[in-house]
Amino acid sequence: MAKVLVVTSGKGGVGKTTSTAALGAALAHTGQRVVVVDFDVGLRNLDLVMGAERRVVFDLINVVTGVAKLPQALIRDKRLETLWLLPASQTRDKDALTEEGVGEVISALREQFDWVICDSPAGIERGAILAMRYADAAVIVTNPEVSSVRDSDRIIGMLDSRTLKAEKGEHIDKHLLITRYNAARAARGEMLSVDDVLEILSTPLLGIIPESQEVLRASNVGTPVTLSSADSPPARAYIEAAQRLRGETVAMTVPRDKKGLLDRIFGRRAA
Amino acid sequence: MAYVLTPEAPVFDWLSELDAWLARSPAFFAGRPVILDLAALELSSSGIAHLVASLGERNIRILGLEGVDPSLVGPELPPMLAGGRAATMPQQNANANAAAAPATAAPEAQAPAAEPEAAKSAAKTSLLLEQPVRSGQSVVFTEGDVTVLGSVGSGAEIVAGGSIHVYGTLRGRAMAGATGNPRARIFCNRIEAELLAIDGYYRTADEIDAKLRSQPTQAWLDGNAMMITPLN
Repeated sequence: MAKVLVVTSGKGGVGKTTSTAALGAALAHTGQRVVVVDFDVGLRNLDLVMGAERRVVFDLINVVTGVAKLPQALIRDKRLETLWLLPASQTRDKDALTEEGVGEVISALREQFDWVICDSPAGIERGAILAMRYADAAVIVTNPEVSSVRDSDRIIGMLDSRTLKAEKGEHIDKHLLITRYNAARAARGEMLSVDDVLEILSTPLLGIIPESQEVLRASNVGTPVTLSSADSPPARAYIEAAQRLRGETVAMTVPRDKKGLLDRIFGRRAA
Repeated sequence: MAYVLTPEAPVFDWLSELDAWLARSPAFFAGRPVILDLAALELSSSGIAHLVASLGERNIRILGLEGVDPSLVGPELPPMLAGGRAATMPQQNANANAAAAPATAAPEAQAPAAEPEAAKSAAKTSLLLEQPVRSGQSVVFTEGDVTVLGSVGSGAEIVAGGSIHVYGTLRGRAMAGATGNPRARIFCNRIEAELLAIDGYYRTADEIDAKLRSQPTQAWLDGNAMMITPLN
């Protein structure tokens, strides 16, 4: 049974694309057949983060409009043979997507894959709505900041009203992924705590990804962080999140502040 | 909050008066819902449509009509509202507690329409929401009380003809007694509200005593003053 997962947030720049790539690679690493679909038509990035930008020939719009067949547009990952990418078009905009066209592509992908992971564009407009439209489950990516949390709240409301499942009166599984969590700043009260975010959004937690240079580096070299440095704290957090998506019970690790000598001396006073 | 505009004849003069006023406070109506009270005018259906369009050109969004024969209000016009209280042209230095006409809000497209519909048919005098009300959602229930078992998110709003009960945290806006009921109250388990309104009298977050923050609280009207006090 294929599962269609939308990675969404409302707000931009919180880590949707990075998380799509990392979760997709983590799931594919366990042998699951995974396709990551870039819905950010006009501002595509997933191809870069996946390191496939030089192999894009056809894209989602070409498939939706019938210019290309689905197998022509799918790009197989060079590192994991069960990981595939369906890129977005950079030259078109979101108006080129139609609900019927997206529906046909998603059902065709359901036939071939275990996981269809849709990387939503930011915002609450057409592109974001179409990305979530056919989803069975959603990963809501949130930074522990008030603006991001409020936008996520808005997106959760839309997941409960604008998806096909919600319209049929069914339940869409929602998972909260807190990214760019900085333990030191949270301890100083400069960020919302995990408890605050969970209390505001009342949505089950999928994982907490610590803020890390590894994530930036991975994006720049075009390798999902779960492949480029699988032992790093953010990669481990993504791998555990992927295990939870598969229904496994994994204890939640809350990133802790590793204090250096200077921090231990000045830490309290700096607060 | 909604304002009530009461155009007077001749409409042309009234519009130029409005323009002069808008020139001084151009952003006054920006993003605010406005109710149009046509009791002082005798307009045909097309006359009303023309007036609504003229106000639209001035970026004044008409949310509902009052004081007009319902037979004149076709589907292309804003809906009829009842129970609003007359208010004159808004004053710039208006008292914070008495500036606005009764609050009413339009249900947004994303509002959980299905839930209220279902609940309405079961019991017409109250609406029970078992799910949290999320940012951007607007729940309008003019028939009576609204009870929310979860929280009301920042940027969400509840408009009730009766009282509003929130068993979680109230972070958004709550407008009780919206159809003209000064005895309506707002109760919440934790107050972080952006705005509280009862029968048109309102308080913004800044005017809510900081000591009450995060406490179980109720708000009610004592004459013209909104009282906000701890529940325990």
